[in-house]
Amino acid sequence: MIKVANLHKSFHGQQVLKGVNLEFALGKITTIVGSSGCGKTVLLKHLNALYLPDSGEVFIDGVDITKLGQRELYEIRRKFGVLFQGAALLDSMTVFDNVAFPLREKTRTGESDIKKKVDARLEQVGLGQMGRKLPAELSGGMRKRAGLARALIMDPQIVLFDEPTTGLDPVLATSIHQLISRTQKQFGYTGIVVSHTIPQVFDISDYVAMLANGVIENVSPPKAFCASESPVVQQFIQGKTEGPIQVL
Amino acid sequence: MVSFLGRTGRFAIDQIAGLGRMFSFLISALVFAFRPPAKIYLIIHHIKTIGVESLSVVALSGFFTGMVMGFQGYYSLRKFNAESFLGSAAALGLLRELGPVLSAFMVTGRTGSAIAAELGTMRATEQIDALESMAINPVKYLVSPRIIAGLIAMPLLTAIFDVIGIFGSYLVGVNLLGVSSGSFFAGMENSIVFHDVYSGFVKSLSFGLIITWICCYKGFHAPPMATGVSQATTEAVVLSFVFILVWDYFLTAIML
Repeated sequence: MIKVANLHKSFHGQQVLKGVNLEFALGKITTIVGSSGCGKTVLLKHLNALYLPDSGEVFIDGVDITKLGQRELYEIRRKFGVLFQGAALLDSMTVFDNVAFPLREKTRTGESDIKKKVDARLEQVGLGQMGRKLPAELSGGMRKRAGLARALIMDPQIVLFDEPTTGLDPVLATSIHQLISRTQKQFGYTGIVVSHTIPQVFDISDYVAMLANGVIENVSPPKAFCASESPVVQQFIQGKTEGPIQVL
Repeated sequence: MVSFLGRTGRFAIDQIAGLGRMFSFLISALVFAFRPPAKIYLIIHHIKTIGVESLSVVALSGFFTGMVMGFQGYYSLRKFNAESFLGSAAALGLLRELGPVLSAFMVTGRTGSAIAAELGTMRATEQIDALESMAINPVKYLVSPRIIAGLIAMPLLTAIFDVIGIFGSYLVGVNLLGVSSGSFFAGMENSIVFHDVYSGFVKSLSFGLIITWICCYKGFHAPPMATGVSQATTEAVVLSFVFILVWDYFLTAIML
């Protein structure tokens, strides 16, 4: 179970999350949408306690992770894989070493097994021949793929995607979406995606949650979401400047 | 008046809180440094970047500092007909003071700034968040090995600075200005005691800690944007210089 209850967070006096309540379906992909700067990434980073809330709870398998000490928190984080917005590959390492990094640091797996597993993951994301490259030598799409391979290397139960297609052209964006969908079906993880790329991201989502004005405005399957009568949802889907969402 | 006092008080509290955060960062880095598993390969890597890659700039600055000391020492000592003490004057100055301080300045400029910029960039590009999300402690992985490497590399660089500096002052004093080679070395041998070497060693050790600590702290907590990285780098270098000079004063007073 992944559940967020009454989450509040502010930065420098500006309240970003004003009581978020949301439960994520296990083994499904839930996409969080919302206007730029509305707090989607902030909410995502609360799910593995990269941010701690001012108040409220985040439950992972029934444990409130906001109350955990560092050691327990690191145990919980082993359940997660994260694909960051810019992939966040360690730029001093090759792609292979980046993907192998969690295995080398957190397990006692031998080098030959690490090689097999890393090569398999790189093949799955279409980077079979790119292991020796440095992150700086990759295109934006390739970096995201490498980031996804690293996120999946520890067989996580939950994978967080922070704007996985931002900055990519529509064709690359679709290929990343397909990759997320394919790997989710293959490994059965719970995917939580933060994205702006509508309506394309709806194709891979089981549920869509809309964050607006610091609260969750609507959670429903994509079709129901698009058919929602909520003025906030309709303004966002139609990209109108006039409506309840304030344009900053 | 009240608002001025209020602002001053707020500023003082912020500064003290900042110092508290810096010290707590240092303590956690030192605790993680001794908590297994040891990151030996990372320590060796950082000894290379802090030590080996600073070697040329430290050697060059040591050589010219020594030569300048040869000229200035000769000029001062000649006024008292004491040119033969040039060796001891140069060696004492280098071992006790100039060697540790100037090599620390060189390492701050060459490596400390690079540490702050690298960690600042890692913060801005979410690489530090990525480590956290992989359940890898970023302080243990990024900071502790650099501090250990600084503690090992700095005394070695200072020793090299001292030796090359003495050689520089020998070249100027003996080969250029005509001081006798025998008196240069005899004066040095008679006046240098173990305490002089020891105090230089303690200074260089503590400067190694100061540089890596401050530069790691500033980089690690850099605001996640381009100006944040440049600001962190500048602050790291300036604060390291200030800390080195202030700490040098206290150490000199204690170990004189």
